Amino acid sequence: MGIKWDKFFITGDPLILGSQIAILLTMIGIVALVTYLKKWKWLWREWFTTVDHKRIGIMYILMGVLMFFRGGVDGLLMKAQTATADGKLLDAQHYNEVFTTHGVIMILFMAMPLLIGIMNVIIPLQIGARDVAFPQLNALSFWLTFSGAMLFNISFVIGGSPDAGWTAYFPLAGKEFTPGIGNNFYAVAIQIAGIGTLMTGINFIVTVLKMRVKGMTLMKMPMFTWTSFITSIIIVASFPILTVALALMTFDRIFGTHFFTLGGGGLDMMWVNLFWLWGHPEVYIVVLPAFGMFSEVISTFSRKMLFGYKSMVFSIVGIAFLSMLVWVHHFFTMGAGPAVNSIFSITTMMIAIPTGVKIFNWLFTMRKGRIQFTTAMLWALAFVPCFIIGGTTGVMLAMGAADYQYHNSLFLVAHFHYVLIPGVVFAVFAGLYYWWPKMFGHMLNEKLGKLHFWFFVIGFNMTFLPMFFLGLDGAVRRSYTYSAETGFGPLMLVSAIGAGILAIGFGFLCYNIYWSARYADRNISSDPWDARTLEWATASPAPFYNFAKLPEVKSLDAFWYMKKNNDGLELRENEIKEIHMPSNSGLPIIMAIVFGIAGFFLIFEWKIAALVAALGIIAGLIVRSFDYNDGFHVPVDEIKATEKAWRKVDKEVKDHVS
Amino acid sequence: MSANLNTALPLEYQTEQNRMNILGFWIFLGAEIILFATLFATYSVLSTRFAGGPTQNDLFEIKGVMTETILLLTSSFTCGLAIYEMHRGNKKGLLTWMIITLLLGAGFVGLEINEFITYVHEGATMQTSAFLSSFFVLLGTHGLHVSMGIGWAVMVMIQIVKRGLTPVTARKAFIIGLYWHFLDVVWIFIFTFVYLKGMVS
Amino acid sequence: MFKKNYLVPLAAILPVLLLSGCDMNMVVFDPQGPVAREILDLINWSLVFMLLVVVVVFGLFGYIVWKYRATSKNKDYEPPEEHGSTKLEIIWTFIPILIVIALTIPTIKTIYKLEKVPEGYENKKPITINVTSADWKWIFSYPEQGIETVNYVNIPADTPINFKLTSAGTMQSFWVPALGGQKYTMAKMETQMYLVADHPGEYIGRNTNFNGKGYAGMEFTVEAKSPQAFAKWVKDVKSKAPKLTEKSYINLLKPSNLGRETFSNTHLAWVNHADMNAKIYTFPELYRNHDYPGQIFKDPDNHTNEKTEGKSMDMNNMDMSGKSNGGEHSGH
Repeated sequence: MGIKWDKFFITGDPLILGSQIAILLTMIGIVALVTYLKKWKWLWREWFTTVDHKRIGIMYILMGVLMFFRGGVDGLLMKAQTATADGKLLDAQHYNEVFTTHGVIMILFMAMPLLIGIMNVIIPLQIGARDVAFPQLNALSFWLTFSGAMLFNISFVIGGSPDAGWTAYFPLAGKEFTPGIGNNFYAVAIQIAGIGTLMTGINFIVTVLKMRVKGMTLMKMPMFTWTSFITSIIIVASFPILTVALALMTFDRIFGTHFFTLGGGGLDMMWVNLFWLWGHPEVYIVVLPAFGMFSEVISTFSRKMLFGYKSMVFSIVGIAFLSMLVWVHHFFTMGAGPAVNSIFSITTMMIAIPTGVKIFNWLFTMRKGRIQFTTAMLWALAFVPCFIIGGTTGVMLAMGAADYQYHNSLFLVAHFHYVLIPGVVFAVFAGLYYWWPKMFGHMLNEKLGKLHFWFFVIGFNMTFLPMFFLGLDGAVRRSYTYSAETGFGPLMLVSAIGAGILAIGFGFLCYNIYWSARYADRNISSDPWDARTLEWATASPAPFYNFAKLPEVKSLDAFWYMKKNNDGLELRENEIKEIHMPSNSGLPIIMAIVFGIAGFFLIFEWKIAALVAALGIIAGLIVRSFDYNDGFHVPVDEIKATEKAWRKVDKEVKDHVS
Repeated sequence: MSANLNTALPLEYQTEQNRMNILGFWIFLGAEIILFATLFATYSVLSTRFAGGPTQNDLFEIKGVMTETILLLTSSFTCGLAIYEMHRGNKKGLLTWMIITLLLGAGFVGLEINEFITYVHEGATMQTSAFLSSFFVLLGTHGLHVSMGIGWAVMVMIQIVKRGLTPVTARKAFIIGLYWHFLDVVWIFIFTFVYLKGMVS
Repeated sequence: MFKKNYLVPLAAILPVLLLSGCDMNMVVFDPQGPVAREILDLINWSLVFMLLVVVVVFGLFGYIVWKYRATSKNKDYEPPEEHGSTKLEIIWTFIPILIVIALTIPTIKTIYKLEKVPEGYENKKPITINVTSADWKWIFSYPEQGIETVNYVNIPADTPINFKLTSAGTMQSFWVPALGGQKYTMAKMETQMYLVADHPGEYIGRNTNFNGKGYAGMEFTVEAKSPQAFAKWVKDVKSKAPKLTEKSYINLLKPSNLGRETFSNTHLAWVNHADMNAKIYTFPELYRNHDYPGQIFKDPDNHTNEKTEGKSMDMNNMDMSGKSNGGEHSGH
């Protein structure tokens, strides 16, 4: 196959050289540190092979935060480049790579892992389960996502980054116009991560359907569980489309077929359709769980149950249904004809209806409440006005004819950042501040949290509000430069400064995580927020078996009901029984590594090597098929000791918010 | 979780984990339906884009395809018999019918490979045109599923031989049965919408 | 608790900014033709409703957050448990429905209107211009006049122009914001739009759909002239401009950013890229980059002879690093 070693590493760009050195040093540093601390065995036993949903969730979150950093650096590079007219920081090629990886990483490797991470930690606790339905599959999902993300991330130093935009429109993304392997990274790395996500979807559907605790009917599920459940359904319904689209892209790029190519009868428009058939539901996949988190946070900190629970459920089901019927609004300008554009304008605008219902329900949850301005609640509050701007501009974009003037302009960029940042990132932050004690047994610092909040929110608005006006003045997205005559300069500069402020905000989050891990008070209540749902009915951090005795649900907001009626909070010794738990397994991580290796070979078009590696995947499946490990039983004494420890402490501490 | 067996139910449904696995597999099949639906949609969009290459009429021969169809349909029937024997607790019957099923399946895959080789010799490769790209990928995906199914079923049979009929092995056999029927249904669609439609037009 | 109050100024600022936006002469708010005006009317209509939504929700939000904030005084206040209110929920389901209906009707009307010759121009005979986008330039062919221009297009003012859009390669989008909305250009596919310029003047047009390295430079000028000046310009071009040959056209299609060019014939004589079975001209080797080279597949349709031409011709003003691998085929 003739490996061209001289082209293996990307050379000739000082920025990339710097990153290469930094990556190398970091890797050496991590390996040295772990070796020095003699933590390899611990890492392997406690984390790499774990099937505990909480630990898997934490690894997802860690990965999401890391990817946020990477995607954020990409974003800052773009903002720095366009801060002034005729910027010289990046050349066209480099800029194209940067916005491509920014998009892919932020959506697939930042938003998704953070949300799925929180889902992993919280859903089994909220429904009173001991784990997800398929714990080992869950681990495989995580490691595949991780493997895909790592594969995608090495592209800018080895082999070359994808450079056709996160939408990878054909024919541009085909070999006729991008003959390097950069876009192979897109096709293969996302595929690997996507398989993991699909498995997560299946896992959570079964978990929610089959593993709810006694008494928790569907209409007594917490809102976050509802939204995650619906999200899982959308995942299962839409990710196979992505799988096919990416597979066809791989065939076009690596095996010379003609699905989307210019030559041979290929049809570029089909890629656009397939991509958005997945891509639009994907937006709701990330936004719906976020809505669920806001519901939990708003309800907890208003000390009221969610207003209009039933209409909330109908809204999310409605949004999920409509999300499949709007994909054409991403290309009204393709000339599909007035009838098609009219229909899709209507379906798109209809999404505003259930979304509006949700907004009003949140507002009325707060009405007559007692609103506490914790950091988590601040994020939920800031979400409402910011998301309204994103939503109203969304309706404007949905109007087919008007879209002809907005399409592909910075107006569009501003719109979807106003939807995704308040709708997803704010939610993740709210969720992290809210559930941090449940994950780690200590709170995140509220003071640092508020700095994080104010810098981030002000920076966010400063970055993206100007873009609406730039777009209406004819500034287009993905353009690495513009001339001084356009007059875009001043607003672009404001936007770039805003991005800097936003980055400082993110810095405060990172520092907060570090500070709190070192100094925060460990002596906290298992229910520090006086919350309403079952995840707070057990210790913080939750023991690996989650609940010593499974609670029984009698009402919505089950834990609130238990507290009000002092029902089921006490644990009698004779109620403790042996608990069956699944065993750890090294197979998922090994499979994911093999997947990564096979993917790497395929990306470099070393087909035989890829085939050999793929045999490794089959070998892994066979090993799994013959694995009859049925888990283990936690002895009563161990449970007793664990439960005593936290229940005793719990009586002594007061809650930490006031 | 083998702790609480509900012996009133069929063997494969007796434990909670089994019930979850079977539900999970149904949902997986739902995802597979969407996957194949996308491939069918792709094929139907591209099936008239020949780029100067051969058309359906130039390539397809009813005889081979009919044989493939009969083999696969019969295998679906024998697979059903295997699961029926399993429910009667007849391990030997299960294994016998399973082997027949897999032989029929292997025959199908063999014929399909042979068909592909013929096409390639006639100069119709997946690089020739959009029509052929979508044809080979749609049928190839199905063929790969059948081949994987054969390998998987062999693994399950080894386990049944080694461990006998337990709730776990019964569940595995039941799931592979579902999978096999599903592939059969997909083939009926391929036969109708790719071959019959192609030869009529 | 003054903290949430930043939102109130924000709420106040937004409409001001939006309104001031209208005065800032943003190009979309400063239409120079009936098509753009038609769209602007729709945009303004939607802005009214959206501002209404923003004001109502922001107001309600500010009021609720302020009124029900936790203070030291209401420490013992225990909020009531309320499940919801069917009446209220019906109200806020129906108000958005009404808004959506109010927006849908004019949207659909406008969508259909934009497909036709703009109102008031039905009796004027439109001029057809074939637009072909290539990497990274715009080619305008005037089949009726028999002339062709690159990166600029002259049109008579006050006359409907029938733009027929296609692409020689990647997917692009044709946008002249001062005159109207945009539409994609796609190879082997024809899209169409009408534009009219009210007055003589110069307007910027550009590609909005990312298509690779030279994307940022893919701008062109629309110059609307008086009908007399336009006729004179056509005549001048016919007599003075050079002829385009298929060979020089292939060179034109190679990836590059160009200045203006003018020809006294059109490439439609040998290829119309909008045809389903049009010849294609692709130059994969010229798109080599710093990334690891992948296999390039030979396409029998391809009407360029890149082996001989790819190396010698270098007309790019872009930096195209890695182009030196021009001839290094790893074909199959």
